[in-house]
Parts: sequence; structure tokens; C-alpha cells
Amino acid sequence: MKDNKKTYWKGIEQLSNDAAFIKNAEREFPESVTEETSESSRRDFLKMMGFSVAAASLAACEAPVRKAIPYLNKPVDVDPGVANHYASTYINGGDYCSVLVKTREGRPIKVNGNNLSPVTNGGTSAQVEASVLSLYDEARLRGPKSKGENATWDQIDDSIISELDKIAANGGNIRIVSNTVLSPSTFKSIEDFKTKYPTTEHVMYDQVSMSGSAIANERSFGIKALPSYDFSKAEVIVGVGADFLSTWGSPIENTYQYAQTRKLKDKKMSRHFQFESNMTLTGSNADYRSMIKPSEEGAVIANIYNILAQKAGISSVSAQKIEKETISKAANDLWKAKGKSLVVAGSNDPSIQVMVNAINDLLDNYGSTIDLSTAVNYRKGDEAIMDAFINDAASGNVAAVIFFNANPVYDYYQGEKLVGALSKVGLKISTASVEDETATLVDYIAPDNHYLESWNDASPKKGQYSLAQPTISPIFKTRQAQSSFLIWSDNDDDYFKYLQNNWKTMAAGNFQAFWDKTLHDGVFENPSEVESVTLTFVGDVAAEASAINSNYKSGGDFELMIYEKSSVGNGSQGNNPLLHELADPITKATWDNYITMSVADAGFRLDDAKTKMANVTVGGKTLSLPIMVQPGQANGTIGIALGYGRTKAGKVGDNVGKNIYPLVGKVNGTQCLRVSNGVSVEVTEEVYQLAQTQTQNTFMGRETVIQEATLEEYKKDEGAGRFHPHVATWQSESGQVKPEELTMWQGHEYNGHHWGLNIDLNACNGCSACVVACNVENNIPVVGKQEVIMRREMTWLRIDRYYSSASNDVSDYEEMEKAAENPEVVFQPMMCQHCNNAPCETVCPVAATTHSTEGLNMMAYNRCIGTRYCANNCPYKVRRFNWFKYHDNDQFADVNPQMNTEVGKMVLNPDVTVRSRGVMEKCSFCVQRIQEGKLEAKKERRELKDGEVTTACAAACTAGALTFGDMNDKNSAITKLMKIEDGETGKEIKIMKNKRAYHVLEEIGVRPNVFYMTKIRNKA
Amino acid sequence: MKDVLDLYRFVRKAIKKVITNNVSMTRKSLTARILKTFAFTALLTVTFMTAFSQEIPTDEANISEGKTLFNANCKTCHSVQNKLVGPALKDVYDRAPSVEWIISFVKNSQKVIKGGDEYAVALYKEYNNTEMTPFDSFSDEEILDILAYIKNETDNPEVVAEAVSETSEDAQADSAIPSTYLNAIVIGLIIVLALIFVVLVLITTVLTKYVNNKDLDKEDKEFVNQSFSIGATLSSKPFIFLVVFLFSAIMFKVVINGLFSIGIQKNYQPTQPIAFSHQIHAGQYEIDCNYCHTGVMKSKNANIPSPNICMNCHSSITKGTNTGETEISKIYDAIENNKPIEWVRIHNLPDLSYFNHSQHVNVGGVECQTCHGPIEEMDVVKQHSMLTMGWCVDCHRNTELNTKDNKYYDKLVELHKEDSDKALTVEDNGGLECAKCHY
Repeated sequence: MKDNKKTYWKGIEQLSNDAAFIKNAEREFPESVTEETSESSRRDFLKMMGFSVAAASLAACEAPVRKAIPYLNKPVDVDPGVANHYASTYINGGDYCSVLVKTREGRPIKVNGNNLSPVTNGGTSAQVEASVLSLYDEARLRGPKSKGENATWDQIDDSIISELDKIAANGGNIRIVSNTVLSPSTFKSIEDFKTKYPTTEHVMYDQVSMSGSAIANERSFGIKALPSYDFSKAEVIVGVGADFLSTWGSPIENTYQYAQTRKLKDKKMSRHFQFESNMTLTGSNADYRSMIKPSEEGAVIANIYNILAQKAGISSVSAQKIEKETISKAANDLWKAKGKSLVVAGSNDPSIQVMVNAINDLLDNYGSTIDLSTAVNYRKGDEAIMDAFINDAASGNVAAVIFFNANPVYDYYQGEKLVGALSKVGLKISTASVEDETATLVDYIAPDNHYLESWNDASPKKGQYSLAQPTISPIFKTRQAQSSFLIWSDNDDDYFKYLQNNWKTMAAGNFQAFWDKTLHDGVFENPSEVESVTLTFVGDVAAEASAINSNYKSGGDFELMIYEKSSVGNGSQGNNPLLHELADPITKATWDNYITMSVADAGFRLDDAKTKMANVTVGGKTLSLPIMVQPGQANGTIGIALGYGRTKAGKVGDNVGKNIYPLVGKVNGTQCLRVSNGVSVEVTEEVYQLAQTQTQNTFMGRETVIQEATLEEYKKDEGAGRFHPHVATWQSESGQVKPEELTMWQGHEYNGHHWGLNIDLNACNGCSACVVACNVENNIPVVGKQEVIMRREMTWLRIDRYYSSASNDVSDYEEMEKAAENPEVVFQPMMCQHCNNAPCETVCPVAATTHSTEGLNMMAYNRCIGTRYCANNCPYKVRRFNWFKYHDNDQFADVNPQMNTEVGKMVLNPDVTVRSRGVMEKCSFCVQRIQEGKLEAKKERRELKDGEVTTACAAACTAGALTFGDMNDKNSAITKLMKIEDGETGKEIKIMKNKRAYHVLEEIGVRPNVFYMTKIRNKA
Repeated sequence: MKDVLDLYRFVRKAIKKVITNNVSMTRKSLTARILKTFAFTALLTVTFMTAFSQEIPTDEANISEGKTLFNANCKTCHSVQNKLVGPALKDVYDRAPSVEWIISFVKNSQKVIKGGDEYAVALYKEYNNTEMTPFDSFSDEEILDILAYIKNETDNPEVVAEAVSETSEDAQADSAIPSTYLNAIVIGLIIVLALIFVVLVLITTVLTKYVNNKDLDKEDKEFVNQSFSIGATLSSKPFIFLVVFLFSAIMFKVVINGLFSIGIQKNYQPTQPIAFSHQIHAGQYEIDCNYCHTGVMKSKNANIPSPNICMNCHSSITKGTNTGETEISKIYDAIENNKPIEWVRIHNLPDLSYFNHSQHVNVGGVECQTCHGPIEEMDVVKQHSMLTMGWCVDCHRNTELNTKDNKYYDKLVELHKEDSDKALTVEDNGGLECAKCHY
């Protein structure tokens, strides 16, 4: 019976099986979670009730007069009630995503991926999905400011121009400081500015720099640029400290490509080795994950190089010996997959990157998985130039500085020095849209539009262009920064015209036709720009290896690995509650950054998400942070995330976590997020409560939840790893039947559609873009840290992260503990399973949750009386209860602005009800999208085509792990994927030929309409 | 003796029974009358219509073709009898230089005007240089059809009006007859009942006297000579119970009705910022609802027209039928001051229910009047329907799905035919499910 004896566990406390944990395991809510005791007495209650009844009856007498205000002059293509979609481009520093913006009544309400983009392929990320809420950020400036006072644009333009003119006349230095700029037209506007003020220099820096790679490419091939990667062509992938699925390079692009190698097309999949200190999203997806210290990254690469060099018959380099069998295994596999492999390293050290280049060159990967001729523009910052600027400013050599959407006081490691230096700069201007850490120190703030209000263009890589168009007119009196540059350099063109003129050189033939098409598609490809180059590796491998040996010496108790979270990222969207409440895919913590530490180093385990505070001292700076005991964290290392500790971001993001940018240092001339020396951690006895979304709801001991196999097993048998439960019954001769053959219900018949969702556990990498997409699409409230601690987060879709132990012996917890040091990880998106025999439906006393003729489990909020029987009876624990009224409630105004502020409410999806207190809610399979899609087909008098209706999560999934569709349609993708044989019969049980597909908790016979595909690991 | 007593009891019972029977008979005859009346009215209407159209001299096919074309293309700006955006078309074939002239003018009026035709230029100026949409696509025959229709309308205006009014008067008269009859019947019945009652009372009196004259034992005597005391009756337990029960029942019903009416705004008729009359626009001038409510076929909202739609006609119509210039000038004010018109919303569905106009009007083919009532007769719009869930659900139960020429439903219709010989209703397609309207 038990095919798969692995045991899955959700947290350390479950693994250790503490007495306290066992006691609480069966409960949905921990005992410690109690309602606040009310101070009012029974008499108060009666008084209040009497008053409320009277008030309610009075109020009910007359309905309020509601106004209906039509457009004064209705735009031709805007119909109230009909959504319009505009292709645009998400640009945040060097982060890029081609998007399709959904607007309703002129308000952008959702950002979707653009399928026409050859770069992002319709993918999105959590940050992109959440960016629509940043548009309606209450913290945004209402208009320009002059010396701290509100001003008009004319006033500040006059002052700025006259001061700049004076400075230029005196030959004073002017600096424009920005993050990476992706837009060619923006560059041109800055060039024009430079023409008027010739003493201007443009300084670019990145919060997380990749300048080391560019330098390495110069040293290796004479080309100072970052290459394009193609993970989809790689059969063997080796990552060394590079979280390429989450934050490194171009994560959306990488995720899409990586997923193509994990979908078992022709029963093939890539093999992925990861060497890293922190447990990252990328590492958790690897087939072989090895834990190393940050200081060993270079040595691992050198070791791999030496093995490959030996095979290639060239001389090896001197390297610190690392005893890991995965190193030789990785090297052997790489060699076997020569030309179809890829090695990437996350380090920003040019020496390490030269070694990586040498390996990839040795493996003939240039031209197949790496393309240096198609250089990417994602990270163009150079901290050497930035440091020079700060030094210049400190010595009084800079007369004027314009911070172009950059916030270096917060997010540059020398921020503190910059604060001092700025006092010596005569004219300080910022184009920040929020009065952030840097903008509060300047003379003039000329607030920029949000990207959804702006015209812009972007060139993510050579030959690839995309346009950004405004989807709403500026909400506040802000102005595009590019327009400001044009105005300050006496150019009368508005930026739109300027941009269009700039694009005229690219058009072949009729410009208007070209422009219209590009604006419609959002992207434009010009392959002729890419000139293929022949690369000859000229790097001095021996010298680089010795540089690595001398630069990295481990010292002290701990080594620190600074990382970015896929949610909050570098902190530039620091006031976005959706990102703060998005549980980290690995730690499942919200609203915090913390020290990740291995179990052995911490010496304790989390108890009900309670932890201890610790003081980290790095180079004389001490920070107090909670400890996150993290399996998979290399012993002797700690990790801390960037992007937290904002002080001037806005009400949501201020003082959440600690800012660790000041701990970033420089090694070998470039920014280094690894600190190998002088890190000490002092654990205090102060108890701290982390807000984790996953410690409740145990599935422990149930092997029907996750079903997995290795690639070898899968090749022999497609159904490898499947668990086939049977139910005992007298009805069958054998005494047992499959759960689906036994039912007490009549069964449903689906004559029309039968909606189903398939989730490929092998393609899903846990990135959580779907979670944010679901939140935005379905008006799901953000509840804040305190409520998350109370286990009251409202997300309809959660991603369960299970650690598995390599031990097969479930009874021996001692063994499991050892294996847990570096566990295998599996992500399982979990939402309402839309059971055909739904347990929730049968217990609702008021029939508020019922079954539809299309297979949906429906939830009528206005019928629900809040008994919560349904949640208690749900085996998947996917129903969420509104403990509070989250809208129009001051208590939640700071964490849930999208339902509490006038501006924030503009983001709400008008097709979805905003739920009130006391009702249950859950995933609806995006029924509003289903209804919309059906209606479109009906209006056009045609059949519904596959792909027209999809859920927000499936649409957001870059990896394509989620497939939504009509299982009654024999041509639908889901039918084909699962090889459903009886698609048109309308039966609730489908006969599937794809043996990978299974139901979670199949043995309870609830017959879900959500299917999962077994996880396959490419392990020998 | 016993027989007499039984008879006595029977008579008392009979009085009760007669009353009950009569009441039920009345109900039956009422229903029958109503049905008959309906059939009669319908028959009458049809006869009148047919008789009238047979009298038309020109070819009927042409006129009806012309009517269709006129309604589809011309009606927005022209009426036969009245001046709208464009001139009234009555006698146009006599007024205009020639029929050929009309044809070329309809096809492209600007060409004729620019050609310097005197009559055309004068007309153009008279109508404030309003350009007529060119109808290149019309063939000469089609324009002649339209003219045939106009001629028919010109020649028979009174007849049309009379015929219509006659029909409607007849229909009214027809429906009035039974109500008189009904009253007579009811009064007759009441008289009969009263007579029966009197007779029965007389019989009782006679019988009482007769029985009293006989020798009776004490018990029977008491029964026969029951004295009727009002005071005793009022203070009797059954009476008090009855009164209390009736009172509570009525109060209960009143409270329940009151509770059910919360939030129901049927007949809500607020004063609007502009005294816009649907009766004039939709009724008198028969402007298609779609012309102003542009969203009705494509959106969930029918859309209140924006002033730029009003201006399509009101750029030249500056004087209204009811209010002269006062109300129309409010549109101009709104545009000049860049201030949108704040209409009072009449149909307020709660946020928790999703309603889509295009689903009902475009896909379902439901007439606007089905929910909004005789909007073309409303000078001030009021809410015609309850807009309660019961009201929605009733319609979804009874309405047949409009599956004609809609490929989306083909498979569903086929499957339904296999299972059932009843009509495919909205309910059969899941029209009563929660998540069709609540999400």
C-alpha cells in the first residue's frame, strides 16, 4: 500500500514532534490565540443592542439617494462595465516585465503578463503583480515640493532652471544619480540635458549590483556586458549562490526557460545542482542541493573548473579543496552535457565570474545557453562610479545632484556617508514619487509619475524593445521625470512626442502603422541589431583563482549571506502591503526580515513561530533581529534579507524589519553581499513572535498529499510515485475498492462545462506570483502582521512548502532530524479543490455553499451566517473567515489601504464583492472570469474556445505550472495534458491516461476538480 | 322530535355552506370571464389591424420594406409628421424638386449642396448647416420603398391615429364590460345569499316556535331557546382567543410584509436634475433605447448617456415639447461648465449581486420593458419591478433560454432534447445557481 514512505513535514516543530506540538497539531487554531477580552459588560451589550436595533430600523426607513454620473464626453473606446487592456511595460530600476494592464472605467486594476513578449513570455512576478497597488499609494506626493513646502511646477521649474544655469555658468559639477535605466528615450533626454549643462554626468548604481559580471566578461572576452542566458537549452544547470529563479539576473525570463526543462517533455528534464548558503527558492528546486559557506563559492567553482580542466587536458588552478561529492558529480554531468549545460554564479566578484566564464567556455556553452552578443541591460550600475560621486560630493566638488528615482540614502551601502556629503551639495533635486529617505534631504522634489501613468520605452536586451503607455491620467499633480529633464533643458516637446520621434528611426515603412502595431503589441523585436560575435576566452584563470584564494578567508563564528526576497525585493516597493504580507516561499514568514540560521547553530527550534532575538554585529555595526531557524541553512552561516527597515516609505512599510544595506561591503573592487569575516551573533533570551503563515494544518504522515518519484523511476513507469489508496468495503469481493468507486451521493452531471485545474508540482517553483495575482483579482484583504500571527491571513491560494526527509524510517525521528539539515523541498499550491463531493456543502446550515452545474463549489457571501462549519469540515483547510470588517475600518487602514483609503479603493476589482465581517470566503476558480468568458462567446454566438477563460493564478504563472480549462472540451489544454478519455460525457469522474495526475487526499473520496502532477526529481 | 332538531341543525349548517359555495363559484366564473375577454380583445385587435392594412393602395411589400429601412436608418433624425433633427418628411415627394433629386440627396447630400442646388442649399441653411449622413449603400429601389412608406404615412395619418385609438378604446371598452358584468353578478349573488339567509332565519323562527309548542325535556328546551347575549359572547374564551389570534396573525403579517419591503424601492420615482421625458423620446419619437443607452448590448451597464450623445440631436433641437428651453439648456450648461450631470440612480441593485445587461438584452433577447416596464409611457422614470431575488429567480425559472442561432448553446440544446421534452429554461442552464450572480 505504502509506495512512498517519505514523510513530509511543515516545520521544525513538527519534525521534532515536541509534546507541545502534538497537543496542538489537531487544532486549527492554537490555544494561545484568544480574542481580546472585552471590557464591556452584559448590560452594555444590551444597551448597545437596543440602540443598534433602533438605529437600524430608523436607517432602514429610507434608502440613501445614489447618484449615477455619466461621462460628460464619453471616450469612444471606453464603456463603463467593459474592461480595456493596454500593453505596457513594468520598469522598476533594471527590473523589466512586458505587461498587459487591465483597466475598468479608466482605472488600472490588474497587471497581467504579455504573451507577445519574446523576453518574458507572458510571465510575471510577485512584484510585477503587486505593482498596480503602488499606483494608488497614499504616500505618493500630491505635487512638487520646494524646500519642504508645496509648490507649483512653474515655481520649481523657474528656480531649478535659474540655479542650474548659475551652476553651469560657474562650471560646477552636476550629477544625475539613478538606478539602471532601461529606456533608450530616457537616456536621450538625459543626453539632451547634458548638452545644455555640459558639466553633467549620469551616475548609475544598482541596489544589488552585477557589475562584477560585466567586468569579468571584459576580462574574459573583451566585451563589457551581461549576456543573455537560455536555461531552456540546458540539460545540466549548476548554480553557485545564484538565486536565478527569484532575484538574480532576469528572474521572470529564467523561470520561464527553466520550467521548459522541468515539464518532462519526451520524458526528459534538466538536472539542476545548486551550491548555496541560504536555502533559496532556486536551491529548493534543485535536484542536488549542497550547502557551502559564502566564502567557498569561488572555491567550488575552481574545483569544478579543475575537474573539467583535467578532462579537457588543460592545466588546473590552485584552489582550496572542498569535500563535496556533488562537485565531482556536477562536473561529470556538465562534461557529459557539453554545449547543453550552464553554470551561473551569484557572486559579484569579477574573479569568480571569470572562472565561471572559463567553465562555460570549456563546456562550449557560449552560443547555445549563453549569448553574449545579445547583451542584456538589466543591471548597468557601477558602484565604482557611485563611490566616486559620493567622495566628490563629500569633498564639495559636486554643485548639483538630481536623484532620478533613486534612493541611495536608503539602499546604498554608503548611504550614511551620502547624507553627510549632501550637506555640501548646493542644489539637490529628487524625482521620487514619495518623500523617501533621500527625497527628504533635497531642496526640490519633482515627483515622477507611476509607470502606469507614463509614456516610456525600454530595451531589456539588444534588439528587444517595448513601449509603456499611460493607462490612467496622473492621479496627482505629478510629472514624468523625463518631461522634467526636457523642460529643464529648454525642450518644448512633451515626452510622448519626444519618444515617438526617437522611435522613428526604428520604423521600416509607414511610421503610424508601425507605431500602432508596436503600441498594441507592447513589444518590438529588431533581430538585425544583434551581431553575432566570435568569442575567444582570454581570461587569466590562474591569476583569478589565486585572487579568489586570497580574497576569501573565513573568520569568526559566522559568515553572512545577504539576499533579496522575491516579495519585498530591494525595498523599492517598500510601501506595498501585498508584498509585505506575501509569505516568503521558503520561510513562510511575513512582515519581517530576520536572521536565517541552521538548527545546529541556533540550538533551539521555533515553537509556534516563537523565536529569540539576536544581535548581529558586522564591522562594528550591530542590529537586533529575530532568528529564523531554517533547515538547509549551511552551518556557520546566517542570512538576512535586504529591502526592509524603510523609514520614509509610507505608513505600510515604515519600520518593518531592519535595514541591512549598511552591512553590504566591497570585495575585489565590487559590491559584495557576502561577509566572511567579523560576523558575530549573540542570541538573547528575548522572545519574538514571527508572523508565519505555515505552522498550522498538519498533513504529517499522509503520503497522499505529495507524491514524487525520481526521473529513472518515472521513465520506467509513468505512474511512479503514485499512491493508490483503497477503501475497505463488503460490497466488493476483494473487500476493498478504489475510493472513487464508493460514494453515497448521486453524483453530478456536467452537460456544459466542467472546469478543472491541473497543477504540475514539477513545474511549480513556489515563486508566489499566483498568490499576489489572486489577491489583486479577488479583492482579498491584507490583514497585517498581528492578524497573520493569529492565523487569520485571508489568501485564497497558499503555497504549502513541505520539507521532506531523506530518511525512510518514519518512526525514527532521530534520523529524520539529521536529514533535515539539508531537506528536499516541494511546493504545493493549495486552493479550494472544488470537490464534487464537497464536505463543506453538506454541513452548511443555510446552503450558502453549493455546487454548480459546471463543477464549481460556489460560495454565496450574503447567504453565509458564519458558523464556520464548512471550514471545520474542509480537509484542505482552504476556507478563510472574515474575522473583521477589513474595509472602511481604521484598525486596518495602515495595512490594507486598498480597502480603506479613497485612492486605494480604486484598485478593487468591481466584479468581485468586497466581503464583510463574519462570512466565509475561498477560491472561486475566478468565477467572474469564467462568466465573462462565457458571455463573450455567447455574445458572438460561438462556442467557447479553450484559453479564453483562465484563472488569475494560471495566468500569472510564468512557469506554466497551472493549467485551467474545460475538461468536457476534448480540445482543451487540460484535457490533452491529463489525457482525459471521456471528455464529452459530462461525468464528474474523468478517466485519465496521464498516470502522473492525482488528487490530494484521494482516499477520502471528495473527488476534487483540482489535479496535481507528481513531482519528479532528476536524481540517480 | 329528534328529526325536527336535526332539521334545525341542518338549516344552521346550510346557511354557512351556501355562503362558502357561492364564494368559490364567484372565483371560477371570474377567471373564465377574464380569459374570454382576453381572447376577444386579441381577436378584435388583429381584425382591426388586418382590415386597415388591406385598404392601402400601393404595394404592401414595398411599404413594409420601406418601414423597416426607415426605422433602421432614418428614424433617429426624421419623423414623418414632426420636425426632429431633420425636417418632417410628410409630403416630401411633393415639396422636393423631384424624386430623382431626393434619391441623390439621400445618397450624398453634401454632393448636392456643393453642386449648388438652390433648394438643397436653402434646406442646409435652414437646419443650421447640419449635415445629413450619406447613405451610399441604399439602392434607388430601397429609397423608393422608403418613400412609399412615407407616402403611405402621409396619406393615412388620421386613419392610423384613429385606428390605433379605436383599437385601444375598443380594448378598454371590452375589458370594461366584464367588470360591469362582474359587479352585477356579485351583487346578484349577495342578494341571493341575503334572501337565503332571511329564509333560513324565518325557517329557524318557525321551527323554534313549532318546537317550543311541543313537549320538550329540559335539555332540548335549553338548546332551542339559547339566548344570544353580546356581553357573554365578548367575554367568552373562544371569542377572546379568536380576537387575539386574528390580531397577532395580522400584526405578524404586517411586520413580515414590512420587513420584506426593506430595501425594495418599487415605484421609486425621484426628481431628476433634468426633466427628461422618456415618453417623448422613446414613446413619441420612438428613438431606439440602444441609441442613447449604448452599453446595453456590450456591457454590464446599460449606461446613462453622456451629454455628447444628447448633443447629437440637441445641437439643433433647442426647444422641448414640455419645458421649452429650460431643461435642454441644462445640457448646454453641463458641457460649457465641464460639469457632469448628476442623475439620481433609480435601479439600485445591492453590490453583492452581479447583473449584466448584455447577457439579458444581447444574448437573451429580453425586451427593456420586461424589467423596466412601459418606459416609453413614463414622463418621469420610476422603478417598475421589485428587483428582489425572488423576482429574478421567478423569471429565470419560467423563461426559455434564447438559444436560437447561438452556437454556444448547440451542445446544451442537443443534450437537453435527449433528456427532456420540456423547454430549455434559464434554470436548466444553471440560472438559479448562487455563483451566477453572487461572487
